[in-house]
Amino acid sequence: MDNQKLFVSSHAPYWHNCSSLSAKSYTIMLATLPAVIMGISQYGAPALGVIGLAVSVAMISELIMNMVMKRPVSIGNGNSAVIGLLFAMMLPASTPWWAVLTGAVVAVVIGKEVFGGTGANPFNPVLVAIALLMLSWEGVMNFDEALVNYNLGFLMNYPLTALKYFGVSAASDFSTTDLLMGRQSGGIGATFGLGLIIGGIFLILRGMIRWEISLSFIAGIFVTALIFNLSDPEEYATPIFHLLTGYTLIAAFFLTTEDSSSPVNLVPMLIYGAGAGFLTVLIRNIGAFVDGVVFAVLIMNVASPLLDKIRPKAFGKGIEHA
Amino acid sequence: MIKRPFFSSGKLQLRYSLENEVNHDVKEIALSKKVTFFLKTTPDDLEKPSISTGKKVKTGEELTLTSGNRVTSTATGEVVDVSPFIGYSGQSFISLAIEVEKQDLWDDEFKKVLDEKGPKEAFSHLGSLPGIANPASFADPENKIKTIIINGLDRDLLTVTNQFIVKTETEPLAEGIKCLKKITGADRIILAVPASLGAVAGKVGADVKVIDPVYPNTVPSLLIESTTGIQTLPGMDLGKKGIGFISAEAVAALGNLFTEGKTPLHKVLTVIDKNENLTIVRARIGTPAKEILTALNIEMGQGDRLVFGGPMTGKAVYSEEMPVQAETDAIMIQDSAQIIPTSDDPCINCGECVRACPANVPVNMLIRLLENSLYEEAEREYDLFSCIECGICSYVCEMRIPIFHYIMLGKHEIALTRALEESNG
Repeated sequence: MDNQKLFVSSHAPYWHNCSSLSAKSYTIMLATLPAVIMGISQYGAPALGVIGLAVSVAMISELIMNMVMKRPVSIGNGNSAVIGLLFAMMLPASTPWWAVLTGAVVAVVIGKEVFGGTGANPFNPVLVAIALLMLSWEGVMNFDEALVNYNLGFLMNYPLTALKYFGVSAASDFSTTDLLMGRQSGGIGATFGLGLIIGGIFLILRGMIRWEISLSFIAGIFVTALIFNLSDPEEYATPIFHLLTGYTLIAAFFLTTEDSSSPVNLVPMLIYGAGAGFLTVLIRNIGAFVDGVVFAVLIMNVASPLLDKIRPKAFGKGIEHA
Repeated sequence: MIKRPFFSSGKLQLRYSLENEVNHDVKEIALSKKVTFFLKTTPDDLEKPSISTGKKVKTGEELTLTSGNRVTSTATGEVVDVSPFIGYSGQSFISLAIEVEKQDLWDDEFKKVLDEKGPKEAFSHLGSLPGIANPASFADPENKIKTIIINGLDRDLLTVTNQFIVKTETEPLAEGIKCLKKITGADRIILAVPASLGAVAGKVGADVKVIDPVYPNTVPSLLIESTTGIQTLPGMDLGKKGIGFISAEAVAALGNLFTEGKTPLHKVLTVIDKNENLTIVRARIGTPAKEILTALNIEMGQGDRLVFGGPMTGKAVYSEEMPVQAETDAIMIQDSAQIIPTSDDPCINCGECVRACPANVPVNMLIRLLENSLYEEAEREYDLFSCIECGICSYVCEMRIPIFHYIMLGKHEIALTRALEESNG
């Protein structure tokens, strides 16, 4: 037996499709690039600073938590880098360093690690951090206030604030092309609609995100906004305006589709997406907040495990097994 | 290895290898010096062994244990070793090793019974045949088999054994189908084949059902459902449902047996080498894998993997001495560099498995329970027993969790609990 060759034994299957979490994370980061590059080109070094700080703090937070919780080091899978990046994309370029640091730590530690790490988070970690900043330091997340010193050659009012406080007539100052081409104020990586759509379609084609969620979210926003708009065009903006402003598109392709906090079955995915879209417009049109995306998605995150109970009947269910 | 395509938003496409893509030159493997058989056992067999070392065995002889489980010897020689062997999922076997003499002496017991008492009686005394370990179950009078499904495609990827039989052994297959009808009284025989074998299959006297050669269409539960509409689960007694499920190779072997009166000894195997080139070989049942690998000049090294069966459902073995058994359709060798290790990372709830599962099992929830040994809950809440054992969940898992392994462990643990409950009254 001494000279016997030792073979690797394991359970079937012996093939794997070679997908991995790190590949997914890096593909998502690649898909954000059009929007991120546009943001950096508009706001310059401060935007790059915010992104760099957010990503590095997010990764270091995960590393520290790995050590504290005596878990294997998992920052290599890129999940916290994605969280940091998406978090930075939603911030104004002028966000002070302490707010970026706080948010990134909250996103990774409270949003994800305390629940057990990647895959165990009930909420989208990015949105947990954004919600915290919105509620704690209103000025930081108020785009009109934060970006007051920037003049980029287009209308620098935050479109959703304009809509909320000055009505549809103010909203109609923004042309659809401007909104689509990133000529609007907002988060670093959240304003370039076309870039986000291209990134999102790339992710859908690559099979990295679920089109069912993205599409139903967009449909939810469109239909709800359309109903409001038809009921009173003087009071409520058009569905296109809602689709291209605020966090709508970044949420459609990068936030609602986060794996852990979204459902996996077809019907639940559709309800989840449509529900988030519906709540978003509801909060924007008759709620207290300027942009409803953050809380709408967080609320649907809570509902996700329950929604996932709606599932097709399993094979052979009801027949007696041996 | 079929990898995830760059653009992969569509449905998973794992295509079976087809017989016409493979060279039909069959490599015959010479008679080995030693053949080994595994027989399923009950505790009785170990307490009161009916076979002991030194017993002289003839080719074609039925070796029967105290429990009645039997195997057909494929060589003449002397039993040199009888020892217990634990197989997959804790199943207990007796391994019988026979030192082989060059000259085959044929046992004529089967022929005698066939001539004196007719095919039905002869059939119920049958040991094993290439492609089926326990053919006698088809003659069980308690089973009223109405429909027999013959799998003329193979159960796993990269395997062409049964397709090759349909293509090359059409006459024995037709003969075997006649026998099956006679013995079981089944009124419907369905032969499942890929479209390329449709014309050949039409000649054998069975209803031909063309199957799209995409995995997991030929996993037994799915094949039975697509041909008859009846849902069955693995581990279920198909006979009680009036269904017989058999491979094309076993039917052809049956045809040969009844026309010649001699048990076929050779198993056709697809050997999958490290580069996934397929070779068809014929070896006697009981031949150690090593002899086949040597004959094909396949060198295995430290850290490689040897699998009996295909890439999705095969069983990895730890030694080249492991013998080919009646139901071994393929032998696969993987180089250490090709092995993708599984991980102990937790599920990230991406849902790939749920969307790929052909049985609609909520795998994402199931795996959470199984990882924490909550087997009863897994069965009750998340359809553990609806699993049809295709292995696709593990194949697509982004975190590389050995989901299929966990599922089989869960089923095994529940079976143990049930057995314990029964024995305690």
